[in-house]
Amino acid sequence: MLPLDVCGPCLRRTHLLGLVATRIERAGRGRAAFGGLLALEDEDLVAALGARNDRAIHLAREAFEPDSACDAIIAAGLGAVCRHGSWYPTPLLDLEDAPVVLHVAGDPGLLADLSVDDGRLTAVAVVGARRATPYGLDVARVLGRGLAAAGITVVSGMALGIDSAAHAGALEAPGPTIAVLAGGADRPYPASKRALYRRITAAGCVVSELPPGTGIMKWAFPARNRIIAGLASATVVVEAQERSGSLITAEIAADLGRHIGAVPGPVTGPRSAGTNALLHDGAAVVRDVRDALELTAIDVPVSFRRPISRPPADVMPARPAMPPPPADPELRRALEAVDDGATSPGRLARVFDGDVARAAVALTRLELAGLLRRDLDGSYARRAGR
Amino acid sequence: MCRSCDDFVTTLRGRDLVTELSLIRHRGRVLCNAPRSTIGDMLARLTTFAIDGLASRRITVEVDLRTGLPGFTIVGRGDAAVRESRERVHSAVRNSGFEFPNRRVTVNLAPAYLPKSGPGYDLATACGLLVASGQVPAERVDRWAVFGELSLGGELRPCSGALAVAEGARRHGLDGLIVPRECAAEAGLVEGVAVAGVGDLAGVAAILRGDPPPELPTAPSADARGPDVADLRDVRGHAAPIRALTIAAAGGHNTLLVGPPGTGKTMLARRLGGILPPLTREEALQVTRIHSLAGLRRGGGGLITERPFRAPHHTISSSGLVGGGAHPGPGEASLAHHGVLFLDELSEFARSALEALRQPLEDRQVTIVRGQRAALLPTSFMLVAATNPCPCGRGSRACECTTADHNRHRRRLSGPLLDRIDLHVGVERPDEAMLSAPPLASSASVREEVLAARERQAARLQGTGASCNADMPQALAPRASELHLGAREALRDAYADGTLSARGHGRVLRVARTIADLEGREGIEDRHVLEAISLRRSHDLERPEDRRAAA
Repeated sequence: MLPLDVCGPCLRRTHLLGLVATRIERAGRGRAAFGGLLALEDEDLVAALGARNDRAIHLAREAFEPDSACDAIIAAGLGAVCRHGSWYPTPLLDLEDAPVVLHVAGDPGLLADLSVDDGRLTAVAVVGARRATPYGLDVARVLGRGLAAAGITVVSGMALGIDSAAHAGALEAPGPTIAVLAGGADRPYPASKRALYRRITAAGCVVSELPPGTGIMKWAFPARNRIIAGLASATVVVEAQERSGSLITAEIAADLGRHIGAVPGPVTGPRSAGTNALLHDGAAVVRDVRDALELTAIDVPVSFRRPISRPPADVMPARPAMPPPPADPELRRALEAVDDGATSPGRLARVFDGDVARAAVALTRLELAGLLRRDLDGSYARRAGR
Repeated sequence: MCRSCDDFVTTLRGRDLVTELSLIRHRGRVLCNAPRSTIGDMLARLTTFAIDGLASRRITVEVDLRTGLPGFTIVGRGDAAVRESRERVHSAVRNSGFEFPNRRVTVNLAPAYLPKSGPGYDLATACGLLVASGQVPAERVDRWAVFGELSLGGELRPCSGALAVAEGARRHGLDGLIVPRECAAEAGLVEGVAVAGVGDLAGVAAILRGDPPPELPTAPSADARGPDVADLRDVRGHAAPIRALTIAAAGGHNTLLVGPPGTGKTMLARRLGGILPPLTREEALQVTRIHSLAGLRRGGGGLITERPFRAPHHTISSSGLVGGGAHPGPGEASLAHHGVLFLDELSEFARSALEALRQPLEDRQVTIVRGQRAALLPTSFMLVAATNPCPCGRGSRACECTTADHNRHRRRLSGPLLDRIDLHVGVERPDEAMLSAPPLASSASVREEVLAARERQAARLQGTGASCNADMPQALAPRASELHLGAREALRDAYADGTLSARGHGRVLRVARTIADLEGREGIEDRHVLEAISLRRSHDLERPEDRRAAA
């Protein structure tokens, strides 16, 4: 039985949110406005949405029964915690428009654990683009796995691409992970990630501020991002284009005085324009799990509300050193050439007097040594640390 | 005056008899020269051939003239083309200066149970009419077969399948065969039967009267390679794909080319035929026969000496690919027999079409059954498939596809067909330096390497039924004794860390064997295995059950 640690007023507020969700969507004022909206008191919110005279909303509010709301949550197989309850993760309260109720599928204990206020790094958000490169997916998975292995909760949005890879990495560890959804917590979104949803609810939890059964709306994504930023004491963006949702998460995290990290990508690639811009603006460079864990040691431009210390040495994994360079001078030369862009047997052949067979042999040796991985199109790339 | 003329006069009664009667007299000369008894009830038998699958079957065309109301009937399960044959024959006979007998004409195509199709029976029917009506002597038609379509003017039009027909004539011990002039070179490839290529019905009648058949046109020399033959000399860069194609040709390995659009995948695949061993005469005859039957050679040419290259569009149906139709005929797989079947945009082909290709790939032949007819079609081709690395085609560096796009693409690619593809090779856009460099190889030099490797395989595989490493059954897979220590270690490492699946292990061994054969080594060394691993199927395309989590 999942806990229902909710009070009447909070349920009433959530119920109202469900009622006006489509109106907020129609207001379509983008992300700049939703934050202000969600911070408003009930009556002001209704007024701001111009729904004061909406009879349907009025009647529905009159008819609201906290008990039937609880029944609906139970019927959806969810639990719920409200901001006045003991299970509610206190880091979220830093948000001016903190969600009043979190609906939970899976283990809500993970949320309560985030409330530990001993200055430890408890959760790290790993977010990024839906359209990700193999490089980005690789890095996100390795980060998720490493953080989870160190006991850090990996928070993300279960979206395609980076988000899912981060969750999957955490589940591989295996370790704690929280997915924050934009729709109801009982509805896996995107639907193709149903299997991942099941694995996350089994090993961690899936949360949403909207009542069960709520469909997908545009405004809910930036709103969801604020919860991701609020839950985590640090946010790492793996790959993001310019003007991407992941940058919103990073922005909110910065407003909260949390730590921001970004994984650098090629400056020529549109997929990493956003992350590289973050780095330019002062985000910490995240190359591996160790960098992510060390985020807390870096001063951020915004004042700390919750000073966080470095994690103790025993959870700090050794930096996953690059496998040692090959001893064979020929292979070393080949590896250097790969780093210089000779990423296929045809291009590497130049190093071997045009002998493409020898180039292929060298690439395979480097692959078997764990230094390279081979893509579908037969090209080779450096492998993220194992 | 004979009866026919009587009838004619009756029909003209009451019209301007002066001119009409002179006409009758003019016509009457031909008709009424013979005594009445010999014009009349006569039966002629001629031999022609029907195409059944890839073989020809002897058909006896019986033409019977009877008294009664004039009419023209063809029996013997003919299709629309055979029924329409009446009109063509009628006009052709008259327009060639012969008389169409004003009798009740019955033509029987025997054996009667076999459905007949196509216009190839025109000539036999017309000759039968001429023989039955005494306009052509019957002596030669017993020992000669005729085959061809008639035009209304009496000219012979080329038909598909002349080679198969000539083989049938030889099989049945006939002296000769008369075919349309355009088909003569092709039919003349069969030795042991005289072939006459004739232009029109009058010419056919002359030969049947005993005239010597015209000289056969000389077939183009087998070694003459046209200037348009694709050669590796025209290729700049592409070292890795050329190397892979060399290995593919040497071991008969099916190949998947992966690369962005416009990098030259089709151009490379087109050149595989030129580095395969040249067609033997027997193979060339088979290829010519199939192409002729498919109607691709109408209008001539002799022996096909180049290995065929077939590149069907990805919208092709399964029967288009493996063969089919009401009269089962060859599909692209058979047209690529002894050559190369190239499937561009592999992921776009219908699943059903690719599934259908599995048996032809395994068995090197396919049996098509339609209604009560079955045809055994040979399908011994090398498969070269090509695909974009991802739906957007840009490849790993600039790809703009979502993970979902990728997964869909990979799901569509990783069908069962992929189990028969040994080599996966990336094709990339050559850079400036490569474009200005001299070509890396010529087809002739590569073909020599391939031939040497094939000879080594043939010696090793003698008596096993397999002719190249790709066909090697599991039992013949390279034994441990053939593997050097380093090779064994490399294989073990790759298998242990999940780089190779169990299925991939077997494929890599076969490819390594071919690479060693190319080098002329009996033992398989580590570099052979490592190069084979670099050409293996991508981990993403492994079957789910073969896939193992990396790390």
